[in-house]
Formats: sequence, structure tokens, C-alpha cells
Amino acid sequence: MYWQPEIETLPRTEIKNIQKDRLAKILEYCYQKIPFYREKFDEEGVKPSDFEHLEDITKFPFTVKDDLRKAYPYKMFAVPLKEIVRVHASSGTTGQITVVGYTKNDIEVWSELMARTLVACGVTEDDVVQNAYGYGLFTGGLGFHYGAERVGATVIPISGGNTKRQVQIMKDFGTTILTCTPSYSLYVAEVAEEEGVDLKKLNLKAGIFGAEPWSENMRSEIEERLNLDARDIYGLSEVIGPGVSVECEAKDGLHIFEDHFFVEIIDPETGEQKPYGERGELVITTLTKEGIPVVRYRTRDLTVLNPEPCSCGRHFVRMAKVTGRADDMLIIRGVNVFPSQIEEILMQIEGVEPHYQILVYREDHLDVLEVQVEVNEKIFSDEVKRLLEIESKIKQEIQSALGVSSKVKLVEPKTIARSEGKAKRVIDQRVI
Amino acid sequence: MFVKQVSVFLENKEGRLYEVCHVLGDAGINIRALCIAETADYGVVRMIVSDPEKAISVLRNSGFTVSETDVLAVVVPDKPGGLAQVLRILKDAMINVEYLYCFIEPGTDRAIDIMRVENTEAAINVLKDGNVEILTPAEVYGI
Repeated sequence: MYWQPEIETLPRTEIKNIQKDRLAKILEYCYQKIPFYREKFDEEGVKPSDFEHLEDITKFPFTVKDDLRKAYPYKMFAVPLKEIVRVHASSGTTGQITVVGYTKNDIEVWSELMARTLVACGVTEDDVVQNAYGYGLFTGGLGFHYGAERVGATVIPISGGNTKRQVQIMKDFGTTILTCTPSYSLYVAEVAEEEGVDLKKLNLKAGIFGAEPWSENMRSEIEERLNLDARDIYGLSEVIGPGVSVECEAKDGLHIFEDHFFVEIIDPETGEQKPYGERGELVITTLTKEGIPVVRYRTRDLTVLNPEPCSCGRHFVRMAKVTGRADDMLIIRGVNVFPSQIEEILMQIEGVEPHYQILVYREDHLDVLEVQVEVNEKIFSDEVKRLLEIESKIKQEIQSALGVSSKVKLVEPKTIARSEGKAKRVIDQRVI
Repeated sequence: MFVKQVSVFLENKEGRLYEVCHVLGDAGINIRALCIAETADYGVVRMIVSDPEKAISVLRNSGFTVSETDVLAVVVPDKPGGLAQVLRILKDAMINVEYLYCFIEPGTDRAIDIMRVENTEAAINVLKDGNVEILTPAEVYGI
């Protein structure tokens, strides 16, 4: 099923023509409207007019997360604030969030892309969409909301959390489509089982899951336990939010909406562009964004591109499920966490030495962030209550700075493995 | 007047307590009394030993996190109501007891209570006024 069949089934040659025209325009637009790009292009000695063919994109510099962070809050916006109708934000390093702005037209495009996404997953105007992505600065909630309304489905804007209520509503309202993170869907299944609700007897048809990496094994488990068709989506707020790519019924890669996004794969070490079929870092240039366009944005997500025609009839290139990242950023229950942020928090707590280790694993299908801290004589006390106070202080600081709950575990000195004099800081035990 | 208690941080794992006792045994240090306060993940081992200075140094050298705390060693009659009598004195003086543990002195009818209180100085004064016997460090280490 297509939402915009005339676009979604375009042959690759036409897709490339559209991309070439739009890239030329967006490079010029960025150069004219955003001082950051003007300076950067000038520094590299490259002009928008140097772009003639798609291959010429490699002459242009990358944009990285840190560039957006430094532009906080509005310096990357290409239009005056009066033309911005909405902002969203995502977490970034050192607690600094990155802000993105949407013009009226951006919201329009985003709604269309989300409608394409939902329809590709089989959603129609007869469906009841239980949207359990978080509403707020996070792009997930409102992105899905607008797309589902655009399709004409009935939206339940329930947002995340309160799982018993999610189950109750799913049952009472006859939910057919569940949208949330994949790990949360399994938690919903668990709570339903505890509550004695048989999900197989409900009306669930499909689940549209994203915002964190998940495996084929996890897909099988979700499909089995929730009795629905589980689809993967991909997106990031710096580019638009959800709505960059989606799995069709073939479930063999995620189709990237290439009329709005130009994608490349690069070697994350050298920055060299890699051919189709080779694994590397996904780089995205927005082709139509007005509020905050990005040129060659490095997503840090590792994937492979496949341009072969798909059985669904779409010719948009497919990206493999994202299973890794090119940096040390962790995504914990949808929240971006850098180990350096945790180190900073620990250093601020008196007596705590930076001998720590971060463990990430799944418990009841949800990500758990565990911070192990070695106990030195400055924080040690013969009274257990003092040790518990330190634990809860660290927990609180992490919660307030990063917005994510954690487990804190005090450990004996020298128990954290050190290699070449440097401790291994992060152990991600999640099986993706 | 203060008895030095040696406290050690231990993860709740097999063999850790053995390791502490083994290190002390090798150094010829005798453990007079020992108690553990534990959470799910770790414990604090508190000990009265024959030579606290040496105990701290050998434990530190073996990589343990160690601390030294002033505690009181109070003589309590080894009979019903013996401890209650001592605690009433502290209660009346509004002195809070953080924790205590006790052992029986061999060959006598008295028990020795190791007490960690909020205000050690004040506790000594009221206990003395109440005719409670408080042992000196030398007496305790040499038992």
C-alpha cells in the first residue's frame, strides 16, 4: 500500500533527477541563509555552484551533532523565528540539548512522510492507532500523531508510560495499531499477561517500532507475543524525526524517502564515501527542510544501503536495520547518553573518583543503565546509611542531568577491569 | 578511651570475607569481635582486633577500602535486662545508638558491648555517671 503512489514508485533515474535539482537548491539555500554553512563552505573553498552532479556532494563538508549543539538554541535556523511554528529537541553531550525548528511547510512535509510510513505498515482510515511514543520535545509522539491524523485513522494520543492503562485502553478502545519503542511493546505484553489480558484476542494488526535498535529475534518475539506485524522505522530529530525510512511488507530493509533525504555511507574513520553494499556510517542531507536543513549530517548510525528493486514496488534505496553506532553514545530507553556525561556527574560528587563503569543491559525487555562506582576511603563509612546516601545522590544527579533513571552499585576498589591503564568504561550487554 | 574499630567495604561475593580474615590471620592479628551490615550488593564488615593499626595497614596493602572508627566498649552484666539497663541511660540522655554488637568475655559473667553512638564524649560521661564500666582500648585488644 502506498500513500503517494506516484512518488513512492518512481524509477531510480527519476529519483536521482529530483535529488540533483533539490540538492543544488538546498546547498544554495544553506549558503545564503545560515552563517554556519557560509563560513564552513568558504573555509573549505567550495561554492554551491560547484555542485553539478550527485557525486559532487563529497566536495561539501559534513555537519556533526556538536555543530548543532553549539548553535543552541536557534543559530542553525534558516528562517526568522516568526516562520517557525514548532520546535523539538533532543538530548546531547554535556546536558546541552539540540533544538530543531519546523516551518509550516516542514510540518506539512513531515505529516506526509509519516502518512507514507504508516500506510506502508498497512494503516488505513479504519484503524485505531494507540500512539505510545512520548509527546513533548521528543519528535516521536507528535510525528506519529500528525501522520496518523493525515491518514485519517483514529488516534489515541496516550503517550508513554502507565502500562496497565495502556493495556486497558488497548482492550476497551479496540486498538489495531501500536506505535512505541520495540522494548516497550514487550513490556506492554508482559503487563497484559500479568493482568490476564490475552493480546491474541484483541484487534492488534501492526506495530510500528523505532527510536532504538532491535534485532530480528526481538521481532519474532514481539510478533508472537502481541500477535501483530512488527515493522521497523528510522529517523532522528536533527534530520526530521521519525519519517526518514520505514520497512515495507517485505521487511527486508527500510526504504528511505529519497525525494526528501539524500543519503550516503561513509567510512566513519576517514570520512570517505563508500559504495552501495558496504557497511559504514549513514550520512543524510535534507532536500526540502526549510527551518533547519542539514548538509551531510553524520548520524553515527552504522548500516548498509541496498538500491535493488523491492517486491513492494518502491524504488527507494533500502537501509539495513541499524545495529551499531560509530561513537560511544548510548541510547537508553530512547534517551541519548554519553559516558562523558556520567563521568562529569561523578566528578562533581565530593569524594567520588572517576573509577566507574557503565553497564547497559535489558531487564523485562527494558534498558537498564547501571553505574558501578569504586568505593575509596573518602566515601567509605562504617555506616551503611552514608553509603546508601551516596548511591541515591548519584542516581538523582543522573536523573536530573540526563533524564534517565539508573541503578548505582558501589564496588570494591580495583574490581573494574583496567586495560592499558585505562578502564573499559562501557559494557553494553544488550543483545540486539 | 576510645576503642578503634576497623571497618572494611566488601562486595557481596563468595570468598571476600575469607580474604579479609586470611589477610589478618597471616599478619598474626586476632579478631575479637566481628559483625556485618549488609545490603543486597555489598556489606560493611566491622571488627575489633588485637592490633587495629597493623590490621588497617595490611588490609590496605591488600587493596581493601578500610576505615577506622571510634567506638565504646561497655561492660554489661550477662543477665536478663543487662543491656536494657545500659541503653536506658543513653535514652534518658537523648543519645542515639547507630549500631552495637556484643561478645561474651570468656570465663566471666560479663558481656562486652561495642557501641557506635552519635556523640561518643557525651555517652562516656553519662555512662560513667551511671556506674557503667567502660573498657580501655588496651583492655579490649588484649582480651
